[in-house]
Order: sequence, then structure tokens, then C-alpha cells
Amino acid sequence: MNDPKSAARENVYLKVRDLKKNFGSFTALRDISLDVFEGEFICFLGPSGCGKTTLLRAIAGLDIQTSGSIFQDGKDISALPASERDFGIVFQSYALFPNLSVIDNVGYGLVNLRSKKEEVAKRVSELLALVGLEDQGNKFPAQLSGGQQQRVALSRALAMSPGLLLLDEPLSALDAKVRVHLRHEMKELQRRLGVTTIMVTHDQEEALTMADRIVVMNDGVIEQVGTPEEIYREPLSPFVAEFVGTMNFLNAQKGSNGEIMLGDHAISLTEQEKQKLNGNKILACVRPEDIAVRNVDQETANSFDVKVIELEFLGSFCRATLSYGSDESQINADFSINLVRDKNIEVGASIRVALPEASIHIFSQG
Amino acid sequence: MTDQTLPLEKSAPIKPKLSRDDWVMRIFVLGIGLWLVVTILMPLYAMLSKAVQNKDGVFIGLQNFTEYFSTPALFNSISNSFFIAGISTVLTISLASVFAFILCRSTIPGKAVFKGIALLPLLAPSILPGISFVYLFGQQGVLKFVLGDYSIYGPIGVVMGEVFYTFPHALMILIAAFSIADARLFEAAVVLRTSRIRTFFTVTLPGIKYGLISAIFVVFTLVITDFGIPKVIGGQYNVLATDIYRQVIGQQNFEMGAVVSVVLLFPAFLAFAVDRFVQRKQVAMLTARAVPYEPKPHAVLNRIFFIYCCLIGIMIVGIIGMAAYASFVTFWPYNMALSLNNYDFDLMDGGGWDAFYNSLEMAAYVAVFGTTIIFTGAYMVEKSKGFKFMRGLIQFFCMIPMAVPGMVLGLAYIFFFNHPDNPLGIIYGTLPILVIVTIAHFYTVSHLTAMTALKQMDPEFETVSASLKVPFVRTFLKVTVPVCLPAILDISIYLFVNAMTTVSAVIFLYSSDTSLASIAALNMDDAGDVAPAAAMCMVIVATSASVRVLHALLTRGIARKSQAWRAR
Ligand SMILES: Nc1ncnc2c1ncn2[C@@H]1O[C@H](COP(=O)(O)OP(=O)(O)OP(=O)(O)O)[C@@H](O)[C@H]1O
Ligand SMILES: [Mg+2]
Repeated sequence: MNDPKSAARENVYLKVRDLKKNFGSFTALRDISLDVFEGEFICFLGPSGCGKTTLLRAIAGLDIQTSGSIFQDGKDISALPASERDFGIVFQSYALFPNLSVIDNVGYGLVNLRSKKEEVAKRVSELLALVGLEDQGNKFPAQLSGGQQQRVALSRALAMSPGLLLLDEPLSALDAKVRVHLRHEMKELQRRLGVTTIMVTHDQEEALTMADRIVVMNDGVIEQVGTPEEIYREPLSPFVAEFVGTMNFLNAQKGSNGEIMLGDHAISLTEQEKQKLNGNKILACVRPEDIAVRNVDQETANSFDVKVIELEFLGSFCRATLSYGSDESQINADFSINLVRDKNIEVGASIRVALPEASIHIFSQG
Repeated sequence: MTDQTLPLEKSAPIKPKLSRDDWVMRIFVLGIGLWLVVTILMPLYAMLSKAVQNKDGVFIGLQNFTEYFSTPALFNSISNSFFIAGISTVLTISLASVFAFILCRSTIPGKAVFKGIALLPLLAPSILPGISFVYLFGQQGVLKFVLGDYSIYGPIGVVMGEVFYTFPHALMILIAAFSIADARLFEAAVVLRTSRIRTFFTVTLPGIKYGLISAIFVVFTLVITDFGIPKVIGGQYNVLATDIYRQVIGQQNFEMGAVVSVVLLFPAFLAFAVDRFVQRKQVAMLTARAVPYEPKPHAVLNRIFFIYCCLIGIMIVGIIGMAAYASFVTFWPYNMALSLNNYDFDLMDGGGWDAFYNSLEMAAYVAVFGTTIIFTGAYMVEKSKGFKFMRGLIQFFCMIPMAVPGMVLGLAYIFFFNHPDNPLGIIYGTLPILVIVTIAHFYTVSHLTAMTALKQMDPEFETVSASLKVPFVRTFLKVTVPVCLPAILDISIYLFVNAMTTVSAVIFLYSSDTSLASIAALNMDDAGDVAPAAAMCMVIVATSASVRVLHALLTRGIARKSQAWRAR
């Protein structure tokens, strides 16, 4: 219990229970329950239309849920309007007031609160310094780059020192380079301020690099909640496995003693996976980068021969399409350029690969 | 604390608590709804019920209608009205679509000037072309020979006047239609070596289809509901709008006036419904990002186009110029010396210069209060949350004035505000009732302009304000109004100019103290003082034009001031 992270985890800041949202007869959210810990960076990740924005807007009180409840800092906020909740928000469009200068945008809410002009000015320059825009204060939003606009929106959202920061795809309007740069900056800022943050994104890379925990959503329900590593390493459903990263889905049969049969090859599983064996048809998942080639021989566990059908050069690595077994099932593997050179891997070659036990996840299909 | 101990039912629906802002907005929404009910719906209801009552206010069913349809002198006006509206629509649309095509798709010089000239009729009361035609083609007209044995008093004069009056309205819609059509289609057509004629029929025409239909119905409605032109130049040729006037003012037969109004409401409502339907489709086309068309020069066609535009321009300027010239002629045709005698309005019947000052005052009030009410109303209806049914209803109310001819609205106001039991009756015969009826009359277009501007605002401005605990009123004043200022100015200038030139809605409602310039012109013309009527029209044109210039300067000033933040 002396790990600071787990100490923080004791403290649930935002609690969502049995949330449901209907738009007419369409159900956008179903049975959503979620705990967000204090100071945590949470990402809602999922394909377009899965209900991420709907959930975020319910938490903000912008489109209040049909049923279910939300507690923030121990207080029931389920029915409160947005103006009576405690949050700052950044939209994809930033929604900066075009006719107000950067200073006036950031100080927009402060002016309403504090009477003293100097205090407002001081706080605004603090905030601008925080996002590295000290010298841009007198410009209008239209005179800033997309990345700068995003940072203005962020400092405006932080101006009232909200307990909860909500971000709806805050980086998606930016080009790739800026996005990667801002990712780190935002994450750094969030860590420094310790503000509980929920960010909506459909970019898995963004979620994996920024989030403390990721909430993977699909079709109005939560598929899995976990740290980026858990989500990547231990997907709880085929959907998560496929949505995050790339994944091979291999059809297999249940073997005799806790193994599975990939064609004629018996593949052993970890004890944990064995528990999941249930029914005859098995879907085995393995990530392309986990497929081993080096130091693999006839004796290696879970190894078998494959034929290289295709090699696709992708810069730092090659994606190989391999086929195995009598029915020529296919499997993708990522090989480093080095490996390809060392092992002389080329189209048509025959090589031996292994599926390390720890990298295999199975889903029973009845 | 575990979840199970929480006293809440699992799927109890949440009843959102309304914020103070929500309440304030709803009160505003209700306020605007009430305003529309009192200034539009209740008068219309009063008028409709009058149509089924006898002189003593007893319900008599459709008896008035039976009487109407058994009096040829009355129902003949229906076919007259449709005849005039049909011919005028065909002429206006043909002339205006070619004109719009040239302005949008050719490279002739002086396009801005031509467009400016074409829009001039908007500045004048609709009786101006009638008066001008009297001087051009009347008994002593300078161009009387052109008409030969035909008389200008009657359908010929009316149709010519209507074409002049509706031309700019059609032109604006058609220019908008041409300019949103997608250039990529034209480029594709050129690449495919399609002939110009085929391109026109396969690409241009479908592209402006909705604009064209919309323009047809707008022109049709304007003509069938217009009162000024047939009144001045129609002679014995009766149409529905003049019938209402004759029944009410001439024969004091209010019930029959109401019946004619109902008859006139039919085509107007129908045209309106079609127009709305079509507009919705056009909007859908607008949102798909089109690439603007860059016209390429074509020497021979350009020459023809230029001549065409010159001809139209000369006609428009000629008609206004004729009225202007006549207004300065001392006593046509006996004393052609130029003087300002005709501008000595205080010597004539009709209200004198006071009528003009009344007009100015009324137009200013209409511009200020109308813009405030309409823009605020549009904002509340657009931005308030929940309350769907009410907001939808109000949106519908806002569309009604477009379908209600001015004469009908004016008559409806008599029935409603002059009713002895109506406490609002105190404003009857005052300037405020003229202001209110004019705002109601021109509500729809202003509302739509406001809506268009508001829809371009980021819908999250209000959300952000709420999260910053700033009341929406502050955001409305500090952000929405400044950003929408160009649209707000457009609305106010539209209201001002229309208030200056309108005749139809106010003709039943002015009193001797509140006569207006446009009505004075009409009455002077009625009394045979045609030259002073022309002079009054020119005063109106000059005023509208000055205000327009002022508006252009203001808009430019604002553009310069806001350049920094509007920059894209
Ligand atoms: N106001 C609304 N009325 C009706 N349906 C809606 C409304 N808002 C959202 N939806 C529907 O609810 C579902 C979830 O929408 P939501 O905006 O939450 O998706 P999202 O996960 O944020 O997707 P994206 O990544 O595209 O932003 C969608 O199917 C959408 O069509
Ligand atoms: Mg979204």
C-alpha cells in the first residue's frame, strides 16, 4: 500500500452507474458503469458512433442520460445542468470565441468570478505560460495555428481550476506531427496539475500513449477497462483484440490435454488461458510482432513450418504473410529488417516459426 | 459506501434539473411565442372568423362565400389576379434568369454596376412604376405611340409594373442559385467536350432547378398579393388585392373584405408551401462543398450579353428616371419648366411632409425593435435546449407572415385591434400599431436571415459558457451579437427599407396623424396629384438609397475593424 499510484486508486472521483441513453428508439449507451480515480487520465476509445461523445456529454450534463446515475466527488450530479457541475471542456472544434483575444478567451469565466482586474490578468498569464503561449495573448484565435488554438482552448478549460477535465477528440483536427508533439505536452501538463481527465478519442495510439487507463467502447457498451498494457496484452474480447493494435485470429480446435490444435500442430497454452477452454471451436489470437523466428528449431515449443507468401516493406519492419498447414491458413508476422536479412527471408522461402505460449490468447466459440 | 446501499432504483428515468439559463431561455421562447400569437395568429383568426359572420357578428357559415361566388364582378378578379401573376412571373423569370446567368457565368465588364441597377427597384414603393408609366405611356405620355391603340391603364400597365417591381427579388434568388452550383460539373462538361447548349440543359439548368422554382413562387406570390401597382395603373381592371381595398375602404363591407382575403390567402399559402419545400432541398445542396465557378471569356457571347444587360439597365433607370423627371416638372405637359413645386407636399392632401417624417420615425422603430425582437427570438429558439415542441411551433409561426399578403394582415389587424373588447385596442390608430404590423409583415425573411447567421456559430459556445459558469446572456451580448453583426445590420436595413416603401399592410391602419410617405403618394395619385405622388416616391427612393449607402459604409467599417478576427 505504499505505492502512491494504488493509494490514489482508493479515491474514486467519478462514479458512473448503470447509465443508459436513448435517442428516441435508438439506444446509444447501455449499462455503463465506470469508476474514475482521482488524478487519473482516462481515455474513451472506440470506433465511430460507439457512444464515446454521448457518454462524455452525459458526464458533462450537456445531454443528460435517460437513466442511471453519476457521482462526482461523492456528490450525486445525475440530474444537474452543465452550469452546476464542475468541469472544464475542450471540443474538437475548440469553440474559441472568434471576436475575443486569446487573453479574453482564457479569462472569459474568470471575469465573472473575480472582481479585481489584476488578479484576472495574473491568472490568465499564468495559464498562458502553462501552455507556452505567453506572447500570443493579444492575438485573435484566427491568427493562431491549429495547435496554438488547441492550447488556448485547453487553458480556457483549466482557468476555473475544474475538478474534472473533459476532452472530446482534442487533437483530431491537427496534422500528424503536431498531434504527436501535443500528446506529450498535454499528458505532461495533466500530470503536473493532477487534474482528473477524460479524453475521447478513436485513435488507439493516442489512447495507448496518453492514458493511465483506457475504456474501450463498442456499440454503446464498455468492452474493457484497463491500463494500456492490459488492454494490449490481455484483451478480454475479440473486439478489443482486433480494435487495439493488429492481431491474428486463428481458427483452432480444442486438443486433448489442455492444448489447442492449429491444423495438425498442437499448441500449448498458459494455465490462465487453459481455464478459458470451453467448447470445441477456439479462436486463438496472437500479435504479429510476437511470432518468433530466431532460435526456433524442431524442438522449440509451439513451433511449426510456414511458407512466406508475401513480404510488405513498412519502413522499420516487414509484415510477412505466412501460410501453414494443409489448408494453407494464413498468419501475419512482423519481422525486423535485420531479421529478414539475417535469416534470408524472402517470398517462397520456408521457415520455422513459434508462437510463444505467453503471447497466445484464446476465445472459445462454442 | 457501496453502490448497493444507495437508495436509487436501477432504471429510474432521470429528470434533468433545469439551470437558471434554461429557465431564462424558456421564458424568452415563450415571450417570443406570445408575441407571434398576438401579432400574427390572433389577428388572422379574427379575420377568418369575420369571413363567416354577418354584419352583426352572427355566425352564418359560408353564406358570405356563396354571395362572393355568385357575384361575377367579384369572382372575376380571381382569374384576373391569376392571369396577371402568371404572365408577370413568366416574363420576370425569363428576364431575370438570363440576367443572373450573365452576372454569374460571363466575363462582361461592369457586372457590379448592372447588379446595383437591377436592385434599384427594391428602394421604391411598388406604386412608383405605375406613376412612371402614366408619364411614359399615359394620355400625354412621351412614349404613348409605342402602345398604339392599347391603353396603359389595365393589364398591360399592371404586368409591366409587376415585372419591374419583382425583377430584383427574382434576380437575388437566381444569383444565389447560380453561385452555389458546382464548378466541377462544368469543368467535367468541358473536358467531355459537351457543347455549350447541352451543358446548359444538362448541367446549368438542373443545378439551379431549386432556385428557379423558388424564384417562380416568390414572384408569383409578390404579384398576386401586390396592391400598389394595380391600384395606380390598373384602371377598371380589378384584382383580388384591390378588391379587398374597395370592399373595405370604398363600401365599408368588412365581411366581404375578409372573404376576398381568404380567397387571396389560398394561392399565397400554396406558393409559400412549395417554396419552403424547395428551399429545404436547396439548403441540402448548399452544405455539400461546391467549388466556385470561374467563368471563361467568350467574345461574341459577351457582346450580346453586354447589350442585354444595358437594355435591362436602361429600362430600370428609365422608369425611375421618368418619375424623377416628372416630379420636377412644374405642370405636365403645359409648363415643362423644372421646379420644386411638387415637393411642397404641405399644400396637398395626403399628409404633407409630416407623412414623410412619420415614415422615417416608423421605419427607424421597425428597424430597431424589429431587429431586436427577431434576432433575439431566433437566438432563443435556436439555442435553447429541450422544449422541442414549443420551439418547432414557433419556427412554424415565424414562417406564416411570408404567406400572408400585406392587405390581408392589415385587414386582420383592424378586426383584431379595433374590437371593442380588446384591451390592446388603445394602440389602434397610433404609430405603434404601424410599427407592429410592419414587423409582423416582414418577420419571415428577417428571421431566416438571423437563423442562417446563428447556424454558422459553433453550437458549443453556449456549452463552453455554461462550463465556465458564465450566463448565456453575457455570451449572447459579447460573442453572438458581435459575430452576427453583419447579419443584424442586414436585417435592420431590410426592415427599414421595407417600412419606408410598404403600402399594403399599413393602408388600413394609418390615421390622419400617422399618415406615411408611401400612403401619401398613393392618396395624392388617387386625388389626381400624380406629379406630387411621383415626388413623394422620389423622396422615399432617396431616403432608402441613403440608408443603403450608410449601411454599405457601416458594413465596410465593421469588416475593417473585425478583419483581424474574421481572417481565415
Ligand atoms: N442527438 C442525437 N440524436 C440521435 N442520435 C444520436 C444523437 N447523438 C448521437 N447519436 C447517435 O448515437 C450514437 C453514438 O454517437 P456518439 O456521438 O456518441 O459517437 P462517438 O463514439 O462519439 O463517435 P465519433 O467517433 O464519430 O465521434 C451514434 O450512432 C449517433 O448516431
Ligand atoms: Mg464523438
